Amino acid sequence: MLAYITRRLVGAALVMLAVAILVFFMIRLVPGDPIAVMLADSGSPEAREALIRRLGLDQPVIMQFWKWFTGVLHGDLGASLYGSNQPVAHILMNALPKTMSLAMLSFFVAVVIAVPAGIIAATHKNTAADAGVSLFAFLGLSMPDFWLAILLIIIFAANLQWLPAIGYTPISEGFWEWLQHLILPAIAIGTGFSAIIARMIRSSMLEVLQADYMRTAASKGLTQRVMLLRHALPNAMIPVITVVGIAFALLISGAVVVENVFSIKGLGRVLIQGIQNRDYPVVQGAVLLVSSFFVLSNLIVDLLYAVIDPRIRYS
Amino acid sequence: MPLLDVENLTVSLFQDGTETPLVRNISYRAEPGEILALVGESGSGKSVSSLAVMGLLAKSLRVTSGAIRFDGQDLLTLKDEEMRTLRGRDISMVFQEPMTSLNPVRSIGSQIMESIEENLGLSRAQARLRAIDLLKEVGVADAERRLKQYPHHFSGGMRQRVMIAIALAADPKLIIADEPTTALDVTIQAQILDLMARICRDHGTTMILITHNLSIVARYARRVNVMYGGRIVESGDARTLYTTPRHPYTEGLLQSVPRLDQDRNVPLKPIQGSPADPFAPIEGCRFHPRCPYATDLCRSDVPEFGDGLACHAPLSIETREAV
Repeated sequence: MLAYITRRLVGAALVMLAVAILVFFMIRLVPGDPIAVMLADSGSPEAREALIRRLGLDQPVIMQFWKWFTGVLHGDLGASLYGSNQPVAHILMNALPKTMSLAMLSFFVAVVIAVPAGIIAATHKNTAADAGVSLFAFLGLSMPDFWLAILLIIIFAANLQWLPAIGYTPISEGFWEWLQHLILPAIAIGTGFSAIIARMIRSSMLEVLQADYMRTAASKGLTQRVMLLRHALPNAMIPVITVVGIAFALLISGAVVVENVFSIKGLGRVLIQGIQNRDYPVVQGAVLLVSSFFVLSNLIVDLLYAVIDPRIRYS
Repeated sequence: MPLLDVENLTVSLFQDGTETPLVRNISYRAEPGEILALVGESGSGKSVSSLAVMGLLAKSLRVTSGAIRFDGQDLLTLKDEEMRTLRGRDISMVFQEPMTSLNPVRSIGSQIMESIEENLGLSRAQARLRAIDLLKEVGVADAERRLKQYPHHFSGGMRQRVMIAIALAADPKLIIADEPTTALDVTIQAQILDLMARICRDHGTTMILITHNLSIVARYARRVNVMYGGRIVESGDARTLYTTPRHPYTEGLLQSVPRLDQDRNVPLKPIQGSPADPFAPIEGCRFHPRCPYATDLCRSDVPEFGDGLACHAPLSIETREAV
């Protein structure tokens, strides 16, 4: 098990290296550069030269990469090119709790909707309940999350005035305040994912309900509830876990868009501002961080397999 | 009073708006403590009729007439919840496929213990002790360690022993064994059947043994019901049936399996044709298209069941010897 994790972590490091190289060069391929953004059309050619030198952009790109990359290996992600030149790590750490809060809550919303919906659809196959779940899944998959976000703002913030439309309060200032600000964006992101997961659970559950061991469970005189939760669900979850794992990483990219709708200054805002300003170090740092979530959630999924399914033991 | 009294039971498949009987008006009784065999090919209705007793028929299958009396109580009149309470506690079942009948992601121990807890109301710790005893009784060595293991750690024969332990969990009055050894090696088959016979003797449990292999029946069951095309075609004492079958189908079943008391150079005689298709309308006796002795009467009239036989042209001493 330990050897397996080690091997996976080495693989993860290689993936991260590839991501680092790709993002470094790709952001430089985007037309425009920070100088143009900072100075616009003003500034003398001398001032321009001075700025380029100060930012180190006069050096060969490969040297710039080496300087940044060795910094990353030492845990230094560089500093923003703008304002007070805040360290990138500092900027990311400021934004991360907001995005993680949002992603976790969205995930929670998705699972809370999807698990019962999927089970009900499977156990009540071809009934009105099943059709209802299918319709919900269809709508959930079809609505873009930013559109749903705007819709939710119009209904619950603008018209009903139940919840705030924008902003973020840290959980340290009270769970309720935190939740009030995050529940609408979480529903906006979570609905689409709950649709995907509910459909997976339904089809997986239908297959499991036909299994011989379900008949054995019934022959023991177990209640319907115990049969479903103890015997069917763990087996049905094995294929679902994969989707959920990928979905969790995707929630973070979903957050990028939805954060902007709700003016939450999370990773998404940092990333988009960074790209608009060609703030290279910030973009590089943010992309690295988001990729590490993908790699990590994939590893967690593989380890969860072993927990749920005893037939899988990594060695 | 018989422990199980199945009377004029008919079970039909409802599909695409049509009703197809799979079990046709069968009646049989199992006395307390006896091993009763139901013998027949795939599709003869033997499994469906026993699932009806358990109240575990698939949604598309329904009992359309008849009664299933267990301990004097008609199971067909029970509510779902009452039937559930009965399952596992009074009637339990051993299935054909030990490889797939255990839940792959739960430990053997938890699968035995949950039945004990549910049906006997014991605590977890007491259930664990009983599970260990049960595993020992069914011949699983090193029971305490094996309890923590998963189905994939067990061989087919060992899994079937675990299934038997589960069936025994609440010491039920009736165990239905649906082809318990069909998926196993021949050598393991005998071990498992010996074990089940011993358990029935020790616990006074009644067992309905469902099989397609008439030759194993004579050794374990006292009485046999032979089923064909959803009907019972012959029933009687196992030994008599084995030595002097009266229904041509019973004879066919006996001739199609190897016997130790027979010259090994004599080729086996398969029953010609294929099992009766429940969806195809067959006039008269459902066996007549495959029966070497069929008469015109067999082709037009359904034989009534009486005196342990449903046949217009039963075998007599003479015809048997001529074959």
